[in-house]
Order: sequence, then C-alpha cells, then structure tokens
Amino acid sequence: MKAEFITSANLPIPTFSVLNADGVVSPGAEIAPLTEAKARKMYSDMLFTRVLDERMVAAQRQGRLSFYLTCTGEEAAVMGTAAAFSEHDMIMGQYREQAALRFRGFTTKQFMNQMFSNELDLGKGRQMPIHYGCRALNFMTISSPLGTQIPQAAGYAYGQKLEGKDACTLCYFGDGAASEGDFHAGLNMAAVLKCPVVFVARNNGYAISTPTSEQFAGDGIASRGVGYGIKTIRVDGNDILATYTAAVAARAMALANKEPVLIETMSYRLGAHSTSDDPSGYRSREEEDKWRDKDPINRMKNWLLAQGWWSEDEEKSTLEEYRSEVLATMKSEEKHPSPKLEELINDVYDVPPAHLQAQYESLKKHIELYPEHYPATSGRL
Amino acid sequence: MAKMNLLQAVNSALETAMADNDRVVCLGEDIGKFGGVFRATSNLQEKFGRDRVFNTPLTEQGIAGFAIGLAAQGAVPVAEIQFADYIFPAFDQIVNEAAKFRYRSGNEFDVAGLTFRTPYGGGIAGGLYHSQSPEAYFCHTPGLKIVVPSTPYQAKGLLLAAIRDPNPVLFFEPKAIYRAAIGEVPEEDYEIPIGKAEVTETGTDITLLAWGAQMIAVNKAAAMARADGISCEIIDLRSLLPWDVETVVASVIKTGRLLVSHEACRTGGFGAEIATEIQERCFLYLESPISRVTGMDTPYPLALEKEYMADHLKIYEAIKSSVKF
Repeated sequence: MKAEFITSANLPIPTFSVLNADGVVSPGAEIAPLTEAKARKMYSDMLFTRVLDERMVAAQRQGRLSFYLTCTGEEAAVMGTAAAFSEHDMIMGQYREQAALRFRGFTTKQFMNQMFSNELDLGKGRQMPIHYGCRALNFMTISSPLGTQIPQAAGYAYGQKLEGKDACTLCYFGDGAASEGDFHAGLNMAAVLKCPVVFVARNNGYAISTPTSEQFAGDGIASRGVGYGIKTIRVDGNDILATYTAAVAARAMALANKEPVLIETMSYRLGAHSTSDDPSGYRSREEEDKWRDKDPINRMKNWLLAQGWWSEDEEKSTLEEYRSEVLATMKSEEKHPSPKLEELINDVYDVPPAHLQAQYESLKKHIELYPEHYPATSGRL
Repeated sequence: MAKMNLLQAVNSALETAMADNDRVVCLGEDIGKFGGVFRATSNLQEKFGRDRVFNTPLTEQGIAGFAIGLAAQGAVPVAEIQFADYIFPAFDQIVNEAAKFRYRSGNEFDVAGLTFRTPYGGGIAGGLYHSQSPEAYFCHTPGLKIVVPSTPYQAKGLLLAAIRDPNPVLFFEPKAIYRAAIGEVPEEDYEIPIGKAEVTETGTDITLLAWGAQMIAVNKAAAMARADGISCEIIDLRSLLPWDVETVVASVIKTGRLLVSHEACRTGGFGAEIATEIQERCFLYLESPISRVTGMDTPYPLALEKEYMADHLKIYEAIKSSVKF
C-alpha cells in the first residue's frame, strides 16, 4: 500500500439545480410537488421581501431608520428551504431570512414595529432593526453574535426529539459564520447526538467584505458536513425548485431518521452587507451584474408564467400593492412611542430583583429632575 | 436524613430533580456511564436512560449552546462543565446568549430551567488550570444567577432551586471539599432560596463574609479569633447574583466591621463589589476599613499554592488588624 493523500478535488460535491434562467425545468429533473397556491404564496412573499428591502434601505438613507440588512439575491435560498417546513418546526435564523419570517405570517406592521423599536415591538425595542423574533410563529429571536444559533438549534432539535414531537428545527447561517467555533461544535454535536435539525448554510460569496476565497480553502461548507458525518447537499440557491426539493427531502430525513442534514445554498448577496457597508470598495459592478442576471425572483417568475400560475398584470399590481402597503405602514407605525421606562428592567430575569428595582427607582427620580433630557419617557413615568 | 458528602448531595439533587420532572436532562463530558470525572452523575444514566443523561463531545461552547437550545425548547438541562477553568470557550454562549435570551426577545423566549454546574477552586495541587474561581466574570452579567454552596445540605437544596429557577443559573461546586464536606442531608426534596445568605454564627465585633470552600478557612480563623476574645459574626453568602445585601448590611450595622474573603484574585474580585456596596450603605457605622483577604493577582500557582491562598492564618491576621484599627 502506498501513502496516498486526498484533497477535496478527489471528492467533488455537485450542485443540484433544476430550473434554468428562463424558468424551464431540466428534462428528467425530480422536483418535490408544489401546488399552485403554495407556489404563488412563496413567490408573493419573495416579492414582498424584495419590496420591503428596497423601501427600508431607502428609509435608512432618509434617516428614518438606524440600520437595515437585505435578503436581496437570496430570496430563493431562504424561501425554498423555509417553505418545505411545517409551522410547528422552529426556525433559528442568522439575520438575513426575513423571507422565511414573512412566509410564516409576520405582518408588515410587526416588521415595522421591530424596526422602529417602538412599544408595539414584540422584542420591546431592545434590539437593533432586523432582529426579529416571534414565539407564535416559531421564529427564534435573532441574535447578533454569529453562529451562536447553530449549537442551540442542535439542542432545540434534541429537545423536540425527546418530547416525541413531529417537529424539527431549521437553522440558517452564512459562509462567514461557518468559520466560528460554534459551527463546528454545533454540527458535531447534532451528528453525534442525532438531532433532527436541518442546517442551511447560505453561501452568498461574502462575509461583509471578505470573499469566500479568503474565508476558507476547502470545498465550501458542504464538505464539512460530510466530514461530520452529516447527509449533505449543495444546491443552486437561486433556483427555487432546487432549494425547495432539497429541503423537503432534508426535513423528511431529519424527522424519519432523527438526524441532522446540511444544505449549502450557492447564491450571491446582491445588496451591501448592511446599510453601514459599501460594496464598491471590494467588488466590481461587473461581478454584481453577472449575478443580477441570475436573479432568483425572475427565475421563479418565468417558471410561474410558463405554468400559467402568474401574469405580468398580477406582477405589476402586486408590486404596487406591496409598495404602498410598506410605505403606509411605515408612516403609521413610526409614530408609536418608545417602550415605557419599566421595560428597561423587565425581562432581565423573570421578575426584577431588588437591586434592579432600586436602580429603576433612582433612575425615575433622576428623569424627574431633567425631564427635557429624556423626552421619550419623562412624560410617561 | 442521611450522611452525605457534597458530591453525594449533588448526585441526590440531580436524581431528585430527574425523578420529579421527566424534562430534566443531564449532559456534559464524561457524565454518562462513567458518572463524571468527580462522579457527581454516578448511576444517573442507569436510572434515567441514555436519552436523558448523555456524554457530549469535548466542546464547552457546544455544551453551552446545546443546553441553551434545549432550555429554549422547554427541556430542563443541567449541563456540566468539567472544570470551571474550562468554562471560557462557553463564555460567549453564557454571557451573550443565555443571560440575554429573555431580555432580547421581549420575553418571547427564555431559557428557564437552564443550569450550568461546574467544579471550581484551588487547594488541590491543580495549578493554573484546575484551580480557578471565575465567579466574578459572570457576576458582571445581568440575567444570570450565580450560586456557590459550601455544605452538602446547601448543595442539594440550592441545586434543586437552581434547576427549577426560571432563569439561567451558574452553580459553582467547591471541588476541594467535594468529599471532605460531610453532613446531614434530607433524602427528600427540598429547596434553599437563591439570593439569601445564611448567618452561620452570630457575633458582635466583626462580620466575616465568604462563600463555598472559603467558609472552611473563615470558620477556622474565627475560632482562633474567639480564643483571643474576638466575637465574629459569620455569613455564608451562598448566592453571588443576586446577593443578599440586606443580611450583610444588618450584620455590619451591628458589628461595625466587615472582612470579605474569596479564593479568586483580588483585583476585580467579587469582594470589591461587596465592599463598595457596604461602604455606601453602612459608611457611618464602619469602625475600620472593609478588609479583603483574597488570592493574589497572579495566575493560580502550583508549587507555591500554600503561599498564594487566602488561608485561615491570613484571615486571622486581618481580623486582628480590623479590630485593632
């Protein structure tokens, strides 16, 4: 026997793709069944997400919002995977998955109230815009530290398994977060402890400005799944039928075998990392245009049109409706006041302990001394 | 009542909690069939099965993250970090995730029932990485509760309270006295409230305050002082976050003097927090400066451990200085 070393070139991982740019399904491709009603809902929610992104970036530029982060370019990666799950399954996202939250039923008002950190925000105005969360929709509150949700998703899924629930966990993260220790810890634990969790690695080419070529030397994220003993698939993230088909199969395997599955969606972050970022400093217009031509929304639209499930008129009226709804809701919801002062100390613990109550009483007295300096709360103590 | 050492009391608490609530789960490195490197989880896998008592891969951040997910789902995880010295890879999960889970979600989600157990402390020839007392790092984190028992009775009652607390709790176990501390422990279920200190001895001249294994040194020093005619009031703090300010204030108003002792190093130690709070609350009652007897500001030593430690003789000297001030 000879000492032979292997590289990822010896273990090529293909990319599953079924829909071409014109919206035609490749001959012989096996796709998961999708009803007209569901396909239309998925598409409409993708359109909504695109409109929300456009309007909120504009609102941030106008100074009406402190921060925003788009899903643009990755709508099919997120929607195709989220739509394959049951509403009883927990979603633990990173921060670019608003399409999944919309699909679950998060209202335009709920989006706005979170982004304006007002008193109607489910999160009580405690986190920056886009850190959504909703127990009723089984969508875990977003946390800024990257990758922390990965081992948590494994634990959450283990709990579902122990309880004998017919439900699993869907966990999203990006190509950058997959370099965090929590990614390795989480995938390994999920595999060893046989947790029904589906990990979706959104490989969108960039972690803020760092391209994947400077993020890892191996064959993407998918190769790591194989290394951890996890069933893995790489899919074209701009192909809604590929992401949906892969996710339907992944969920079924996770639940039937009580095991984790990894999906790597290959896509592109068409927008900036966030409104605090300017991609012109690290990537070319040509590169962006190349990906703009592969827009996942156009691709799905072409398929829907070919099916006779959508029309150009509907496209126009739906976009108009969403644009005016987003603008009108933004206008109405940005008027709500901040949460009351007591929300500063609530929920640190289930009940505020004595030392925190004392700090609160002393703060109240201070605000009464300088009411004009604390206008958000001084009138409502 | 049964005679138990502190390890047996921890084991008894875990068994009681698991029998009482089938959502209680124990996880950690080597805690399964082996029963943990200190045997705190002995026989639990046998009794409750591999699904509820299981080994994890060797990853503290993974254990913490996994336990947080379990708790968010509604399970009641008791995660063991094998040595407190190795808790730091889990620091982000504990401080940024567990502690903020309820707050950041507006109470949409929480990690009620999450407990981390971890053996801490020195005096066992463990050197830098088997001796540390990292409690002060975590006391700086709103959202956590921090508990340190010093006797088998406390260990069982406080651990049961921790497991059932609707907030994440760090439970630091004094490993130096795991087997040395022996006492009567009820076999039945009972809880000791978190956030309440215990006055273990009443006195009039000076208040001595400590927690965990350090209570042994404090008790010894107090006995020496008593022989000199100094009457010490001794308080076992038991909970560090939240800590029982009122009990300490009442004692210091009576004695006029306070000595705080902890194993951890001095600068930024929890003794500094106690001293500050008490001087704010009791300034006009103090007859001498609040005294701290602590580990030194060095990494935890090995060959010179005896010299480093805040032992009974150092405490005894500090008591005399405080009374003579």
